[in-house]
Amino acid sequence: MTTLNFNRNPWLQLIQAQCLNLVREPAYTLPTLLFPVMFYAFFGLVMLPAQSTWLLCTFATFGVVGAALFSFGISIATERAQGWLKLLRASPAPVSALIAGKAAGALLFGLMIVVLMSALAAGLGGVRLDTGQWLALAAVLAVGTLPFSLIGLSMGLWLSPNAAPAVINIVFLPMVFLSGLWVPASQFPAWLQGLAAWLPPYHLAELALHVAGEKPADWARSVGVLLGYSALFTALTAIGWRRLDGIRP
Amino acid sequence: MSDNIQVAACRSLGYCYGPAMALEGVDLALTRGKVTALLGPNGAGKTTLIHLLLGVLPLQQGTIRLFGGTADTRGARQRIGAMLQIGGVQHNLTARELIELFASFYPAPVETDSLLAECGLAGLEARRFDRLSGGQRQRLLFALAVVGHPELLILDEPTTGLDPAARRRVWGAIEARRAEGASILLSTHFMEEAERLADHICVLDRGRVRATGTPDEIRRCVPRDTIRTRTGLPIQRLRELPEVQHAAIDGDTAQLLSGAGTRTLRALLEADPGADLLEMRGADLETAFLALTTAHDREAA
Repeated sequence: MTTLNFNRNPWLQLIQAQCLNLVREPAYTLPTLLFPVMFYAFFGLVMLPAQSTWLLCTFATFGVVGAALFSFGISIATERAQGWLKLLRASPAPVSALIAGKAAGALLFGLMIVVLMSALAAGLGGVRLDTGQWLALAAVLAVGTLPFSLIGLSMGLWLSPNAAPAVINIVFLPMVFLSGLWVPASQFPAWLQGLAAWLPPYHLAELALHVAGEKPADWARSVGVLLGYSALFTALTAIGWRRLDGIRP
Repeated sequence: MSDNIQVAACRSLGYCYGPAMALEGVDLALTRGKVTALLGPNGAGKTTLIHLLLGVLPLQQGTIRLFGGTADTRGARQRIGAMLQIGGVQHNLTARELIELFASFYPAPVETDSLLAECGLAGLEARRFDRLSGGQRQRLLFALAVVGHPELLILDEPTTGLDPAARRRVWGAIEARRAEGASILLSTHFMEEAERLADHICVLDRGRVRATGTPDEIRRCVPRDTIRTRTGLPIQRLRELPEVQHAAIDGDTAQLLSGAGTRTLRALLEADPGADLLEMRGADLETAFLALTTAHDREAA
C-alpha cells in the first residue's frame, strides 16, 4: 500500500502553507469571518427573525463570496509584489498546487462562515432544516466559491497590492448589494432586478435558497451563469499569469 | 573540483522590456564546481539574466541549455536552487515551515535541522518570517536556495544587508557547496566577496558583457598600476615620467598611477637612482570593475 508522506508532498505542503498563512493573518480572518456573521446575527436574528432562513442563505453567500475574493485577490497581489510568486516560479513547486492551496484556504473560510452562521441560525434563530438540506447548503456554497476565487485570482494578478483592497471592495460591496444579498432583489426597481440576474452572487444565492427550501431556482440558468463567469475569469487569469513574464524584475 | 563540466550555457541572449533593451548578445558558461561572479552596476541586466536562467522570464533571443538539455523543465528546476534579490516569502510562516515546504519540492533535500544550524538559524525555527531580523531573513532565503542540494546555485546579491560575521558564514556555505561540486552563479556588488569566492568573473554593463575571465584576467584588463616610493623628485618631474596618469606627494612619499608600471618604474629609477621603499601593484578588482563599466560612458561622451 502506498502511504502519503505529508512532509514530502509538495501539494499538501503548499495547501497547508496557504491555509496557515491565512489563518495567522488577523487582517483577513477577522473581517472575513466576523462581518457576515455579525450582519446575519443583527439582521437575521434580531431585526427580521421571521426571515432567518432566507437571510441565512443570502448572508452565507455574502460571506463565502468575500472569503474567496479577498483570500485570492489581496494575497496574490501582495505575494506578486513581495517576490513570493517569483520565488515559487523559479523553484520546482507545482504552480497548480499553489492555486489549489489558495482555493483550499478560501474553501476553509467559506465553510467556517457557513458553519458559524448555521449554528447561530439553528441555535438562536429557530431555523430548522433536515440533515440533507444542511449538507446541501454547505456543499452549494463551498462549490460556489469557485467563480469568485477565479475573479479574485485574476484581480490579484492585475492589481498592485495597494490598489487591490480598495478595488476588490469597490467590486465586492456593490456586487453583493445589487445581487440582492442584503435586500431581496424583488424589492429593487425593475431595471435593477434585471441587472441582478446577470451577477454571479445572485445566482449562488438562488441555489442556496433552493436547497434550503425557500425558493425554487432555475438551476440550468444559475449554474450556467456561474460557469460562464468561471470561464471568463479563467481566461483573464491565464492572460494575467502570462503577463507576469513581461514585468521588469 | 575542476572537471570543467558545463552545467549551463547561454548563447547570444537578448531581452527587451518593451522598447528598453536589457540584454544584448550575452554569452555565459557555468562550470561544475566553480563560482562565477556576475558583476555590474545597477541596471546592468544581472537580474534579467538570472531570471532568464531560472525560466521566470521567457526567452526572446538566444538559447539557454541547462545540464545539457532545455532549461524550462521541472526536472531541470529540481537541480537548481535560487535566492532572488526580491525574494519575499509568506510572512506568517515559520522558518521550519518554509524550509520543509521547499524541501518537499526536491527529490533529496538537506535535513532541516542541519540546514538551520548551518545557516545560523538554530533556535529560530519556530519564529515567523516577519519576526526575523533582516539578516536572519537573508539567511533563511539562502537556506531555501540550498535545501534541495542544487547542482546549480543562483544567488542574486545574497549577502546584502548582512553583518560581517553573517556574510562570512554565507561565504563559508557557498564554498562548501562549491567543494561538493555545485556550480554557483553569484551576483554581487561586493568586490571583496567576488575576490574571495569567484573562480570566474563576468562583468555586465548596460546589457552587454564587458569582460569575462578569472579575477586575475579581469584585473589585467585594466592597464593601470599603482607605484609608491620615497623620492626627491618634484611633483612636476613625476608627472612627466612615461605612462603616468596621476601623481601625488604625501610627505616624502609619492604615489603614481601608471598605464605601464614597469616602464614608469625604470624611468623613475633613471631619474632618481636614490628612490627607495618602492612598491608596485596592479589594479585591484574594484579599480578594474570601475574602469570597465565606465569605459562605455567615455565612449558615449
